[in-house]
Parts: sequence; C-alpha cells; structure tokens
Amino acid sequence: MRVGLAQFRPVLGDLQRNYHLHLEWIEKAKQDQVELLLFPELSLTGYCLLDLTYEVGRSIYSEEISQLVAQSEKLDLVFGFVELSEDHVLYNSTLYASKGKIVHTHRKVYLPTYGMFDEGRYFGRGEVIRSFPTQFGQMGILICEDMWHSSAPFLLAQDGAKMILVPGNSPVRSLDQTEVGSQSFWYANLENQAALNSSFFLFCNRVGTEDGISFFGGSSIMNPYGDEVARANMLEEQLLSVNIDLDEVRRSRLETPLLRDENLDLTIRELKRIRQSRLEQKRWI
Amino acid sequence: MSTQLEEQWKAASFLALDAPLAVKILTVALKEEVEKAGFHKVVLGLSGGIDSALSLYLAVQAFGKDNVIAVCMPYRTSSSSSLTDAEEAIRDTGVQSLTVDISPQIDAYFELMPEATPLRKGNKMARERMTILYDLSAHYQALVLGTSNRTELLLGYGTQFGDAASAVNPLGDLYKTQVRQLSKYIGVPRSILEKAPSADLWEDQTDEKELGFSYFEVDQLLYHLLDRRLTKNQLLEVGFSASFIDQVTKRIARNQYKRRMPVILKISNRTVGIDFRYLRDWGL
Repeated sequence: MRVGLAQFRPVLGDLQRNYHLHLEWIEKAKQDQVELLLFPELSLTGYCLLDLTYEVGRSIYSEEISQLVAQSEKLDLVFGFVELSEDHVLYNSTLYASKGKIVHTHRKVYLPTYGMFDEGRYFGRGEVIRSFPTQFGQMGILICEDMWHSSAPFLLAQDGAKMILVPGNSPVRSLDQTEVGSQSFWYANLENQAALNSSFFLFCNRVGTEDGISFFGGSSIMNPYGDEVARANMLEEQLLSVNIDLDEVRRSRLETPLLRDENLDLTIRELKRIRQSRLEQKRWI
Repeated sequence: MSTQLEEQWKAASFLALDAPLAVKILTVALKEEVEKAGFHKVVLGLSGGIDSALSLYLAVQAFGKDNVIAVCMPYRTSSSSSLTDAEEAIRDTGVQSLTVDISPQIDAYFELMPEATPLRKGNKMARERMTILYDLSAHYQALVLGTSNRTELLLGYGTQFGDAASAVNPLGDLYKTQVRQLSKYIGVPRSILEKAPSADLWEDQTDEKELGFSYFEVDQLLYHLLDRRLTKNQLLEVGFSASFIDQVTKRIARNQYKRRMPVILKISNRTVGIDFRYLRDWGL
C-alpha cells in the first residue's frame, strides 16, 4: 500500500484557495501512485483562525466539502476543516473520503486551551473515538492533541484499528541547545504508541507560519514495531510518499501480543471505581 | 569577549540555542511573513550595535543582499565608532544602504524645548528614526524589520513607537545572551560582538550601567522566572537576590503598556483587540 502525507502550507481562512491547493497536492499524489493521501489538521482553513472560525465553518454536506470528497474517486483522501454541525456547533474535524463518498468524520476530542492554544474558546468537543473500516483495513483518526492523551490511541487499537492517522498543526516551541522540544516529544510519543498498540501511525504536520508561529513539518510514519519508516523535512513543503507493508501489523502482533493480553475488563472496572471515588470526593484526585 | 561568552555558556547552558536550527527557523519564518504580506524587500535601521546587526544578517540570509536596505541615522553626538561598525556590517553583507543625519530636525525641535531632559531627547530621536524607516518603507516597498530583543521587550528598555516599532521582529523571542550567541554564529563582525551594548542616546551611555545589572545576569533571572515559572522563594534558592528579583519583576509589569496596542474603551459588542480577534496574517 502506498501512502502519502501532504506536508503543505494552507492559507489562513481562505477556503477557496486552500481547495485549489488540495487539488494540486492530490494531482502530485496521483502521479506518485499514492492510494491514501493524508492532509494536516484544518488543512482547508489554516490553524490560528480566532474569529475566522465562525466564517469558515461548513457542514459536511456543503458545496466546499462535497467538492473535495468528490476528488476521492482514484485515491482515498483525509483532510481537515471546521465543521459546522446541524445544531450550530463548530468542530475541529477531519474527514476520510473514498470512492467519492464520506467514510468517516472525526471531531477533535482534546482541544488544547492553554499557553499559545485557544481551541476550547471556538470549538465544541468531539465525544467519540472510534475506528472505521476502509478498503485497506480498519483505521482510526486522532487530531493532533488527541494523540497526547494515551487513552485515545489505546481506544482505537482496542477497537480494531491497524493504522492510525494523525493530522496535526504542531508549532515550533521550546527550542533549546539541541532540539525543538515540541518536535522531539512528538516522535517519542509516536514511536511508543506505535509499538504499544502494534499499529501504523501516520503523522502529517503542516509547515508555514501564522503571525510568527512556525509549524515544523517533519511529518513521520511509524510501523507497528515503533520504527520510523520515513520522515519529511523540517519547515519545507513536501509530499512524503512511501510503500508500507500492512502485513507488519500481523507479524508484530503475533511476535508481541500486547493487544491480545490487554485486560479490558480490569481497565473498565478500575476506571469505574476511579470515577466513582472522584464523584464522591467531588474532586479529581 | 569570545572567551567570556564561552565561560557564560558553561555557567548557563540553558540559555544556549541550537544556533543553525534557530537561524533556519527565523529566516524561513521571516521570509514567509514578509512575502505573504506582498513584499520582497525589507528595510531596517542599523545602529552599529549587535541587535540591528543580527537582524541585518538574518535578513540577508532570508532575502539576499539585494533585497535588504540598511539605514544609518546618526545624531551629531552619536559615537563615531557606532557609524564605523554599522559601515563594517554593510560592507561585509554588501547590502544597499543610506545615511540620514537626524541632527537638523532633532535640533530644530529642541530649540523650542530647551528644558528637555536627555531621556526626552533620546526618545524623540528613536521616534524620528522610526518615522524615517516608515517613510522609506513606502518608498522602497520594503517592510520595516524590528531589532528589539526579548530582554529589552520584557524590561521595557526601548522607546514605544520608536525602536520598538516594526512590521516583523525576528529578534523578539531571543534573550540578549542568545542574540550574542546567534550573532557570533552568523558572522557579525567582531568589533560589534565585543563592544558594550549601548542605546547611544548620550555620550558614554551603556545599557548595563543604566539598567544597573548585566544582560547575562538578567537573562538568567528571566529564564528562571518566565520560562521555568519559578516562584520567588525558588528564585532565592537559585541564588538571585530579593532586590534584583523585585526590581526586574516590577520593570516587567510596569512596561506592559509598551507591548500592547493602545487601550480601547469598550462600547460595542465587537471591539478591536478585545472580541474582534483576527491574526495579522488574515487571508495570507
């Protein structure tokens, strides 16, 4: 299977121009025989939208979204946008499209609202983390910060996902003597989660700047052993395309059957107990 | 000074940056922020000091020497070594440059204000230079680059609407100590690296004499206070004196106004800067 990550720079708040940029990257990917093309988080709108969030929100049935879904005839597409729900809530969503149809939409669950981030001000919180079937097998989507909560990839792997798609908009932060701290954390996180959940992880980050904030790129693909298969350049636009062997999921899970040995009942029992004790104490710990 | 710098890194390696990576991040972002606003050139004031020199060298890396315009704006009491150092940086980078002597307009104004203090005169000069840069910005279709570092911004050691004004500031998130490190890495001439920092607003002025502490000392304090979020008791344990901590924390708070747009008095339900919130890069 050939996957592609479109590490590109969207235009802030301009759906039309971003739609055309998507078409360009889809064309490149097609020429490269890519079968599944993943775009970064909020690829149709850009990230630091602030009040633009209200203006760029679209229903999954809108013309803009339908047009792009229609482009998934020859390859599967995963792209991000501001979703305006029927009940007028805005979500930070990522959509999986195949054969011209929507297969799945994931609404970002964990909205960073601290430090430089302000997503909770604008977006509603997704309430579902669920895997879904594709022509390549069961997959799951986690948007950026979702991936920083270990319960999220755990749930997807337990729900049968063999490949987890992680569109992100991760900025340069905490540069020190040796590294961009935010970036190093990402790779450590992806490596560990890939190995612990014996699944492929595809992290597609964006590049470009928004009011001085740089997004570092460095998109990465991890195999189910936790080894990096490929990594895109830092700070540059790039189509990172690579063949991956899905059979590695089978082999890694036979070799190290961590998922088989997981004790769901124990986890659920303990979580219920913890929740109950928090309710009784009326505090979180 | 270079050995002194190296000694400093040993004492406070937490202030050191991966220099090649920092320069790459800054030049890539600088180029994008300028070009997406529809500009291909930048203009900046060159004082002969290390901050504007680093801005110049970063700009040359980002845009090429033909797209950078350096402007020297001396006043008649400015030290002659400042001008020589600025010229050295211009020669070394090969950028287009011009010199505007601001003495006539400054003197004309202060003839009417004989009681003006050196501070008033210094601030006026900084603002005069700003108006020249913005005029040349329109003339050359070049965005004004900032030259204020993070230490100065935090301490409020700069003139509001003067040297603090710019369209894009590549130094604003670098402590002075980091400006020194990157300047050395990027090849700023040695005479600029080695001299004592000075706003050059009056003769024999140096920043550190005026502030009452060294940049290296205050950068360490700022790092522990802001980046590590240590409490006052923890800062005392690290070894900073109570009076130094108080002096600096007061300065930071007192100068917040310089880092903000003017206060707007709210009447409507979508007030600029309060609940009318958009990035500058809106649609870019």
